[in-house]
Amino acid sequence: MENTLTLRYEVDGEDFTRAGEASAAVKRALKKMGVSPEVVRKVAIALYEGEINMVIHADGGVITVEVTPKEVRMELADHGKGIENIELAMQEGYSTAPDEVRSLGFGAGMGLPNMKKCSDEMKIESTVGVGTTVTMTVYIQ
Amino acid sequence: MNIRNAKEILDCQVVCGEELLDQEIHTACGSDMMSDVLAFVKDQSILLTGLVNPQVIRTADMMDMLCIVFVRGKCPDQAMIDLANERGIVLMTTGHRMFTACGLLWENGLRGGN
Ligand SMILES: Nc1ncnc2c1ncn2[C@@H]1O[C@H](COP(=O)(O)OP(=O)(O)OP(=O)(O)O)[C@@H](O)[C@H]1O
Ligand SMILES: [Mg+2]
Repeated sequence: MENTLTLRYEVDGEDFTRAGEASAAVKRALKKMGVSPEVVRKVAIALYEGEINMVIHADGGVITVEVTPKEVRMELADHGKGIENIELAMQEGYSTAPDEVRSLGFGAGMGLPNMKKCSDEMKIESTVGVGTTVTMTVYIQ
Repeated sequence: MNIRNAKEILDCQVVCGEELLDQEIHTACGSDMMSDVLAFVKDQSILLTGLVNPQVIRTADMMDMLCIVFVRGKCPDQAMIDLANERGIVLMTTGHRMFTACGLLWENGLRGGN
């Protein structure tokens, strides 16, 4: 497809303080391209939630974002511990985050439901012990 | 009200963003859980929190918030200040606790929004 911008970021699973850098960079890029504030906001929140998950539940990974005139497509791929029961993980309030994560302000079990709410399409593929890939699409038109 | 008014009401020290204090604020939220801020906040422009780590600033940035007030006299570190400066977010600290700080802003007309 013509006019496709692809952004790719490696997310360091060891560095909680930097988690969110990729999402912020994507947000800046979209804003600069003149994408509507509503779309920028949805992408920013969905991506940031996903990026935080990659750091607190997996060992980091790779974020790829494709922007076309029609949509913003995000893929977050990690080689972490995987999600055993995706349906359960999608429920509001379900979290396996340890107290240490909660003391950092996360682990309410609201991330995945929020990602679903912010995106027009979302798919999770996960294999325990292998990793998780979350894909989300936000429509521009 | 604007950020400067909130600063006076809460008797805040401005940590960074002194030049951004004239921005208007209409609604606020108070939380130590960034998960909740991300999931429930809509158009609030000021965040009151007792949590001090860089993700507070990143969360506010993702939500297009203009200002963060740290309650109970908590102070952000230099890395957080640098990040806030880069993202154009005002940081302030108040000696008030969360409940009192929120109450003072409410009393002066600020609301929680949707
Ligand atoms: N990338 C991932 N790898 C492994 N497990 C994950 C991943 N993302 C989510 N999970 C699992 O799904 C659960 C729910 O995720 P969700 O993002 O909804 O909540 P949380 O991250 O625990 O808390 P919050 O997002 O509110 O800070 C997590 O607690 C974790 O068990
Ligand atoms: Mg999460």
